[in-house]
Formats: sequence, C-alpha cells, structure tokens
Amino acid sequence: MSAIIILLFASISVAALFLAAFLWSVKSGQYDDEMSPPIRMLFDHKPAETKEETNI
Amino acid sequence: MQVEKFYYDNKIVKAFAYATMIFGIVGMLVGLLVAIQFYLPAATFNFAPTTFGRLRPLHTNAVIFAFVGNCMFMGIYYSLQRLTKARMFSDTLSWIHFWGWQAIIASAAITLLLGYTTGKEYAELEWPIDIAITLIWVVFGINMFGTILKRRERHLYVAIWFYIATWVTVAMLHIVNSIEIPVTLFKSYSWYAGVQDALVQWWYGHNAVAFFLTTPILGIMYYFLPKAANRPVYSYRLSIIHFWALIFLYIWAGPHHLLYTSLPDWAQSLGSVFSIMLIFPSWGGMLNGLFTLRGAWDKVREEPVLKFFVVAVTCYGMSTLEGPLLSIKSINAISHFTDWTIAHVHIGAMGWNGFMAFGLIYFLVPKMWNTSLYSKKLATNHFWLGTIGIVIYAIPMYWAGFTQAQMWKTFTEEGTLKFQFLETVTHIIPMYVTRSIGGVLYLVGALMMVYNVIRTIAKGSFIANEAAEAAPLVKNENHGREYWHRVIERKPLMMLVVSLILVAIGGLLELIPTFLVKENIPTITQVKPYTPLELQGRDIYVREGCYTCHSQMVRPFRDEVARYGEYSKAGEFVYDHPFQWGSKRTGPDLAREGVGRLKKTDSWHYNHFLDPRLMSPGSIMPSYVFLLENTLDTSSTAAKISAMRTIGVPYPEGYEQIANKELMTQANGIRIGLKMDKIETPAIAEVVALIAYLQRLGKDISTVPKEPTASK
Repeated sequence: MSAIIILLFASISVAALFLAAFLWSVKSGQYDDEMSPPIRMLFDHKPAETKEETNI
Repeated sequence: MQVEKFYYDNKIVKAFAYATMIFGIVGMLVGLLVAIQFYLPAATFNFAPTTFGRLRPLHTNAVIFAFVGNCMFMGIYYSLQRLTKARMFSDTLSWIHFWGWQAIIASAAITLLLGYTTGKEYAELEWPIDIAITLIWVVFGINMFGTILKRRERHLYVAIWFYIATWVTVAMLHIVNSIEIPVTLFKSYSWYAGVQDALVQWWYGHNAVAFFLTTPILGIMYYFLPKAANRPVYSYRLSIIHFWALIFLYIWAGPHHLLYTSLPDWAQSLGSVFSIMLIFPSWGGMLNGLFTLRGAWDKVREEPVLKFFVVAVTCYGMSTLEGPLLSIKSINAISHFTDWTIAHVHIGAMGWNGFMAFGLIYFLVPKMWNTSLYSKKLATNHFWLGTIGIVIYAIPMYWAGFTQAQMWKTFTEEGTLKFQFLETVTHIIPMYVTRSIGGVLYLVGALMMVYNVIRTIAKGSFIANEAAEAAPLVKNENHGREYWHRVIERKPLMMLVVSLILVAIGGLLELIPTFLVKENIPTITQVKPYTPLELQGRDIYVREGCYTCHSQMVRPFRDEVARYGEYSKAGEFVYDHPFQWGSKRTGPDLAREGVGRLKKTDSWHYNHFLDPRLMSPGSIMPSYVFLLENTLDTSSTAAKISAMRTIGVPYPEGYEQIANKELMTQANGIRIGLKMDKIETPAIAEVVALIAYLQRLGKDISTVPKEPTASK
C-alpha cells in the first residue's frame, strides 16, 4: 500500500499548486469585478470599420 | 491608448475540428462493432486484431483521446485566443501539437490492434507512446501558458482556469500512472503491483474522467454556451467557487472504482465520501449552465446548438449525481461488474461529451466559414436522433445490469445458487441487441452532422486569420504593492507550474526506490512468483485483453463466495505487474479458476479456446484459434524475469539462465496431458502458456488441493 505515499505526494503537490494559484488570483484582483467578465466575453473584438470606438 | 491589431488563428481550430469529426465517427464505428460482438461472436472474423479484448481499448482510446481530445483542443484553441485577446503564443507549437497528437492516435490504433498493451484501462498505450504523449502535452502547455502570459485581457475568465487545471493535472496523472519498466520496445511492466497498482490506476482512471472529460469541457461550456445564447453566465461567483471545489475534491474519488475489493477499507471509504461531496460542485456547473438560459429558452427552441448544449449539461448533471450514488457501497455492491456501469459511462460520454462536441461543431463551423449552417432542420433531426439513441442505449443497459446482478445473487430454497453464470449472460442478450440499435441511431446522427458540415463549408469562405483589435495590457498597473511582489506576479503561473513539477519529479525519484523496490516481502507466505511459463501466459492474458470481460476479484459476498470460492485477499496480488482485477464481468470471475469446483482440465481449456461454444453452449466469447496455432515466443523470457526482479519480484539471482528450461518442462507436462486427451500440439503453442497461467489462479492460497472436475 505504499503507493499511497506517491499518490498523496502528487495529489497534495497539485492541490498546493492550485491553492497557491487561488491565493494569487484573489490577491491580484482577479475577482474584484464579477460583473464585467461574463458580459465582456460576449463581444467579438472585430476591428472597427470607421473611427468609432469599440465597445468596452 | 493605442489599440493593437492582431489575428486569431482559425486554421488550427479547423484542423482540430476535422480530426474531431473523423475520429468521432471512427470511435463510434468501433463501438458499434464491439456492441454487435456481444450477440454475434462470429463478428470477430477469426482474426486476432478484431477480438473484443483488442477492440475495446481501441474504442475507448479513440473516443476519449482522439474524439474528446481533439474536441477539447478545438474548443480551447478557439476560446483561449478570444478570451485572452491574443493569438496563440506560437503557430509552430500549434502545429507540432496537432500533428503530434494525430501521430499518437495513429500509433495507438496500430499498437492496440497488435496487442501491445499495458493492460491498464485508459492507459493501455505502451511506453514509447507514453513518452510521446508527455512531450506533446508539454508542447501544448507551453503554447497555452505562453498565450496566457501575452494576453491583452488581464482578467482570466473562468474557462481559462478550467484549462489550466486540466493541463496541470493530466500531466501529473499521466506521469505517475505510466511509471513502468520497459522489457522490449513495445512491452513494459507496471512499476506498481496488485493493490498498489489498482489504487494508482484508478486514481488515474477516475481523474482522466475528471480532468480530461470534464474540466476542459466545462471550460468550453462556460465560453460557448453564453456565446451561443448571447447571455452572460448566470452566476460568475458560482463558477469560481464550483471550479475550486471541483478540482480539490475530484482527485480523491478514485477508490470508488474499487469498492468491496482487496483495497483497504479506509481507502474505499475516502473514495466514497469524496465522491458524494462531489455532487455539489458538479451540480454547480450544471445549474450555472442551465440558468444562463433564463429568458433565452425561446432561443433554445430555434437553435440546434443550444439544444445540444442543454441536453449535454443535463446529462452532465445526471452523470454527476449517478456517479456519486454508485460510489455508495451498498449500491456499488449491485452495480459493480455489471452493465449499469456501462450505462453510466455512456450517458456521460454520449450525452455530455458527445453533445457538447456536436454543439461546438455546429457553432464553430458557420462562424469560421463566415456563413450560416447549411440546414438547421437536419441539425435538429440529428439532435432528436442522438437523444433517442442515448435513451435506447442506456435503458437496456440499466435493465441488463440490474437483472444480471439480481440473478447472480439469487439462491434457491436449498441454499444453492439458482443461476449458472452463462444463464445470466444469455438472459440479457436482447438488451445487448437493443443497446446496439441505440448506438446506430447516435452514429447516424453524427454522420448527418458530417454531411451538414460539408455542405456548410462548401457554401462558405474560410477565415484563416480572423482580425481583432484590443489594447495591450497596461504594464505599469500598480495595486499598491511593493516592488518585489511585482516580479513574482509577472511570472506566477510559469514559476508555480515549473517549480511544482520539478519538486514532484524529484520527490518521485526519491520515493520510488525507497518504498517500492524494497516492497518484496509477501504478506501471505504461500504466495509465490509466477513460473516462467505462467508469466508468459499472463502476458498473453494481458495482450488479448482478457480483463475486459473477466474479473479477478472475488468480493466478500455470500453469492460470490458460493460461486467462485474464497474471497480475494490483498496479499495474493503482490507479484501482479500489472494488476488484472478487471471492471466488468461479461464472463465469470477467474480468480479461483485453478482450484476447487471451478478447476477444469487442461483439455477443457484448450477446447474452450478453440471454440467456447463447444464447452459452454450459448457463450458469447470469441474463438481464439490463433492461440492454438501461434508458437510461444520464449526469447523474451530472460528479459522478463530480469525486469520483474528489478521491480521487486523475488526471482533468485541467475534464474534467467534456467528459466526457459523450466518453462519447457512445465509446458511439455501440459502437452503430454493434452495428448492423452487426443489433443496434439506441434510445438509449445501460446495456449499452453495461457492454460498454465489460468491453472495457477487461486492455487497459492487454497489450503486443500481439490480433485479436478471434468467440466462446470
């Protein structure tokens, strides 16, 4: 059953990696704005034909 | 600030889309063939590569890695560029990734049909291909992370998190489960043995479901469903929360594939508990997807794409409720080894993965060819045909699963088993027939899609590079932190991934020799290594994929002990590289095949391989005439013994020198016995080795040697 050591090590490493990534994402402000990302992804960013501004 | 003009690469998406469709059809065709073999064993064509044991891994690898794999890359390459507002990091890497992946698939098809297999489910590909997979996965990772790092949109939309988690975890799973010692160019032995191998295999296997079939497709769902409905995700907060919960919990669910086996109880319980907890994050995803369509249900009525997505997400919800429930021991006691598992798998595979793929293709093709879909009506008909196909597939399999499990467990009033194993198989043949009809409907639907796509492409004009513009990231953005933080912040992903991978590899290199090579003290003293002939026979068992129909794990249930004998103990499997417990009983369990009331003569086995119906009328097992005709290749014996010793099997030093001599002696003993039963074997046929292996099963721990019985 000592294979469990490897599995625990691998799983906890990956979990620690994800925990660190989560902490980074919160600290760097990824979740400060929960309103605009779901709306912003709906737009395509086609280049404007005229000189008018593209939305958002 | 200046907006930058750039182009999204659609050519790579087109390539992956074509591959998805081609391998989808191929994978489904193989699936249909094996489904037919359940009631028409003659559909094996007396040809080794088309026996079920070799075709089943071809089907699973094709649909998982070729179909869903290419589909995932299609969706990721399209959505990642648009979410990061950047072209892929490197076009060269994109194409290396694409062609590398297809080369892997081609080599998989050839090797699996030739019988080059590790004998571990969804990890059958042998070691050279494992290395290729690792290299291509790294190429994919560099391309993906490179794109993320050169993004023009600072916020990482939730889909990107799913893609990152997929990449990291699949890398870890593949490497850990593929640790094997090569013996020849296309043969290796799992480093792990028995119970340990089982645990690592299903830690991998379930997480292949989680991080190959689920997380990337959830990411894809989070991009394409809102896009197709032109509605924002119902709750962005929910998507974040369920993402983190999902990836934390999923890793622990693996042992639910091993309930009531020789795996220690505490590990089984862990698997069950985490599997139940997994309902919540999984349903978070389903509800989020479905609620996104609030106020847009009229669009679902019009758009085939949305129809496919709705059924896909619903099937995802059903599977992720059923799966955890199947992880409850009392339910698993009924479902394990039956067609219930197959029903569960295919709702997820055909419903979630298949329908997401179809919806994706119907969405992407018109977009990339700058036209409308050739026929919405045809696509809608595909939708209905596919949905009905899923239902006609699943319901017979549920019926077959319940029925067979109940029949296995039925005792007469006198306290004996009421049904022979074979009776439980012939009883459910009508279910197998019906199931294949469901599969045909599903396949026909997919072919309708291919036709629709071809006509759409014909009337459109492909946009190879799609123009876009966006402002670059403001590099000097200051969140009010100190300078040294910002250096780390600029490269957090790369740093974390690389350092953790290095640490994990380093850790593994230290742990493996320490814990595994020394692990050669048998827990049961009577359990001894296989003889050279039995080892060769076992390798034939693995090669032919016998484990895809036969289990070797007697569970501690009254009916199993009555039918098969003593229930299986962990210590019996210490020399099994790889373990062969199996996941399905299309045929009976073989763990006690060499002892007690199950023991049959060598000639019984010979005739059974010649034509199973000779010894078991009504059997659906294919004929294995080629095993009787092929001569055993004994040139590999020494290398195999040596490799086994390296991974901890206590063959004496120098045993390689005499191994083949012992092999001959044992084989000739069997041949003489066969000759007395009027069976001539011109040389040591492969079947002799396989018979030797089967006659060894269960022998070590049987206390009283029983008289061999003529037949069952």
